[in-house]
Amino acid sequence: MITVYHYMTVAAILFAMGTYGVLTRRNAIVIFMCIELMLNSVNLTFIALSSHLQNMDGQVFVLFVMAVAAAEAGVGLALMIAFYRNRDSIDVDDINLMKL
Amino acid sequence: MENLVQIALQNVNMAAILPSLVLTCFGMGLLLINVFLPRGTTRHAVWISVIGLVVTGFFVYTGWGNPQYGFNDAVANDNYTAFFSVIFLFAAGLTILMSDDYLTREGYPVSEYYPLILFATAGAMWMASGTDMLTIFLGLEVMSIALYVLAGFFRGQLRSNEAGLKYFLLGAFSTGFLLYGIALIYGVTGSTKLTEIGIYLNAHGSLLENPMTLAGLVLLSTGFLFKIAAAPFHMWTPDVYEGAPTPVTAFMSAGPKAAAFAAFLRIMEYCFFSLKPEWTAMLWVIAVLTMVIGNVIAIQQTNLKRMLAYSSIAHAGYALVGLVAANEIGYSGILFYMLAYTFMNIGAFAVLVLAGKKGEDNLTLEGFSGFGLKRPFLGVAMTVFLFSLMGLPPTAGFAGKFYIFAGAVKAGYIWLAVIGVLNSAVSLYYYLRIMVYMYFRDAEEDYAWVSLPAAAVISIVIALIGVFYLGIIPGDVMEMAKMAIF
Repeated sequence: MITVYHYMTVAAILFAMGTYGVLTRRNAIVIFMCIELMLNSVNLTFIALSSHLQNMDGQVFVLFVMAVAAAEAGVGLALMIAFYRNRDSIDVDDINLMKL
Repeated sequence: MENLVQIALQNVNMAAILPSLVLTCFGMGLLLINVFLPRGTTRHAVWISVIGLVVTGFFVYTGWGNPQYGFNDAVANDNYTAFFSVIFLFAAGLTILMSDDYLTREGYPVSEYYPLILFATAGAMWMASGTDMLTIFLGLEVMSIALYVLAGFFRGQLRSNEAGLKYFLLGAFSTGFLLYGIALIYGVTGSTKLTEIGIYLNAHGSLLENPMTLAGLVLLSTGFLFKIAAAPFHMWTPDVYEGAPTPVTAFMSAGPKAAAFAAFLRIMEYCFFSLKPEWTAMLWVIAVLTMVIGNVIAIQQTNLKRMLAYSSIAHAGYALVGLVAANEIGYSGILFYMLAYTFMNIGAFAVLVLAGKKGEDNLTLEGFSGFGLKRPFLGVAMTVFLFSLMGLPPTAGFAGKFYIFAGAVKAGYIWLAVIGVLNSAVSLYYYLRIMVYMYFRDAEEDYAWVSLPAAAVISIVIALIGVFYLGIIPGDVMEMAKMAIF
């Protein structure tokens, strides 16, 4: 029997994987993919809880999260292209013009 | 079916979003107008956006004392929203006025800049008016996405690219935490409405009984503390503030910070009032860390934008003290302080905008040698803003800090107030150092490139009036702030 706990556990693992990826990867696009993974794990949490609680609010939230993530992807990739044009790299170690 | 539509329509109340609706219409209209005008003309955009802000301000004014709730209680246009909306409108207006000549000087006379500021302001207003996690989240994202673009606005400049990309990656990362927090809270309480969450948590006891509440609260706070640049989530601030175009930095340090405070304060008060001992203990530590880190690192800075970035971290710490106090005077102190901070900080940045050369390599302490004597108006204005940032009477900064620390003392956090005052003393060092360079060093240049465009001067004068008005007669605004809180 698959219960809400299983979904929550999977979502938590996905979220942790996403966080780990953001902290360890050096390529901006891979980091962005990890952020998307985090957002999708949140979506999974919302849907599992929504079905468990028999309450539609969570599913509505997921639709908005997806729309926002799409808008964010548009802006984020544009920023990466602008950076790549000037720096010929999207390695986050190359974001180093400003230092303490 | 007809019945359903009727129920849905009854719950829609456009009056609840009227100010932000008007502002968004102006923003979109401006985008449309820009299409039909030749590239490089920006003057019309300045005035249309200022008119838009004034009209919005009128609707905010009519909303005062006349609370409207709409969209199935997801939006509340109450006094609290109105007070914060005024802060955002001032932040946007002062920023827009100082931007035009700056954009031309730096070689990006692009009129899409102004609609983006208007959209960010509208997003900030939704954050302040949200009484549902969904509204707050959407407002946060509308504001943030506009700001990501603005931070990377000079697309040919590597510094601006870096600022935009860094802000985007870390901002999206923090959004993930915020959302996970919301999801967990939703799982515990079965609702995304702030009041319903509050009622449930009040009825169903302590954090220790349910670790999911604890995790949700911590993740949610992380998201907001990132946005207000509190330590230990402040690392993005200096880099983004330094790299972004200077007017955008001015705007980011005032408007969006106030918006994050607005939403954070409302969530804490509506949802988590029953857990006050727990979260005030958490925020106590964060407030102290933020003040200390901001002030101590600011001492070492020689780049003025970077110094003001660290100073803005420190000021977020002072405002957090009001949140820790969690009483009437502390909360209304936050509202007052955010308004005061908008005037003094944007004013200081406006002086930097005018003092910079193309590329802004001269915005260092050395680059300001003798500036005050060669450019007396800007020198005096900068002095006033710096005095206000230090918190000396009779300026707005003094009154704001006074109320916030009074709130902390009243709530019994004597030590917190003492640490706050000591931090203000530390901040004297780096603010006064700017003035020492401005007045007591020999000028190596004659600052011939500094011009005084009318719009930017208006912006500085408004900021000066605000600083003195709030400093000399703070009572009226403080009374309004008290009426604005819950």
